[in-house]
Amino acid sequence: MSGGGESARGWRALEIEQELPELHLLTGEAMHTREQPLTGTSPSDVRRRLSELSDRFRGARAVSIRREPVPAAYRVFFRHIGLEPDTERTPIEAAVLERMVRGGFPSRGLLEDVLLVALVDTGVPVWALDAESVDGQLGIRTSREGERLGRSADAVVLPAGRLVVADASRALAVLFGELAPGHEPHSRTRQLKLFAVQVAGVPSMVAEEALWSCQTALQPR
Amino acid sequence: MSNFEQSVIERDDQAPEVASARDFGFAGGERACGRCGSAELGQTDERAARASLRAQIARLEREHSQIVAERFPHIRAPAAMPAGPECGPALLDLGKLERSRDALAAAVQELRASAIDRLEHEGRARERLQRMRLEPGRYKFARLPVRDLGQGVCGVWEVRPRLGLIGMLAGWWELKLSSGCPLSRGSRSTRDPG
Repeated sequence: MSGGGESARGWRALEIEQELPELHLLTGEAMHTREQPLTGTSPSDVRRRLSELSDRFRGARAVSIRREPVPAAYRVFFRHIGLEPDTERTPIEAAVLERMVRGGFPSRGLLEDVLLVALVDTGVPVWALDAESVDGQLGIRTSREGERLGRSADAVVLPAGRLVVADASRALAVLFGELAPGHEPHSRTRQLKLFAVQVAGVPSMVAEEALWSCQTALQPR
Repeated sequence: MSNFEQSVIERDDQAPEVASARDFGFAGGERACGRCGSAELGQTDERAARASLRAQIARLEREHSQIVAERFPHIRAPAAMPAGPECGPALLDLGKLERSRDALAAAVQELRASAIDRLEHEGRARERLQRMRLEPGRYKFARLPVRDLGQGVCGVWEVRPRLGLIGMLAGWWELKLSSGCPLSRGSRSTRDPG
């Protein structure tokens, strides 16, 4: 993959491999080389891209997006894992709904903007973790009894059986949900671990493009 | 699940994977083991049943989205149950998948009924518009919003007298499409008084 880093498939617990064989975690490294901090104001090229993407979405598209192949795949997958997509919106539908309500994609800082651009461009959601807080490879498994989300002592305790993104030692994010506190990138983070969730019906190339989009935006030539 | 709901699910195609979990020997998540003794084979069967339910859910979800997208804004998706704090992403067992499939089948059934009602309503409106066009004198000042015809949300067909009072007295009536959607920046007179 040119321009950014490589992407690789994360590991999956056996039960997930058997039950949801087309669910994959796509991971990649990204080096943040821009001058602006990740949590600071986005540079003009990123804000311009957000503005271009805002123009792409009109009311009619906001309604019909649920029929497009990639957003439709996430709607189906949400139902397969017990989430109701009309209540708990898929990432792309949530973004488009906010675009309609606010009249545009508001800039929320460099990292959030970069992830949003990748999501709106491809339909595939991408999340970022501070690479220094990750122990080994990322993968998908179910949470264990009494397990906490992240390393913090006061981190929330997960119910057993929740689908989580985890490293070798702990759960770092609920699938399609919140990241573990203390593992999010902060203003001084330079090395990031990105991950995208690929479900049945989403071509690998599209998921890879989502990661690549983030990698190149954070590390422009 | 009622027989009708089952027929809703199976109406569109009779693909071999479309089958109720009961076809695999399960009822309410419990395995009714009469045809095999091996626990391993039972697990395989149960996994196949879950895969079948997921295929049904995928098909129902596609139909649900199709109706909502095609008939918006006249038909809206039935209100979904708000998610409780205990809800979250998980590997669903047979019972939960069946409940999810049944709820979605009911929602699709409701949407189909709404779509049929809506089509009938639009058909009646088109017939009325045709009559208003052919015999405007019989429909004096009758109004028919284009929304009723499924042709948009703004504008009204109205039978009006030609040349105002003269037309009223002379019995000259015509069908006119009045107005459209309001301009986003207001009318020219308000926008640009100079």
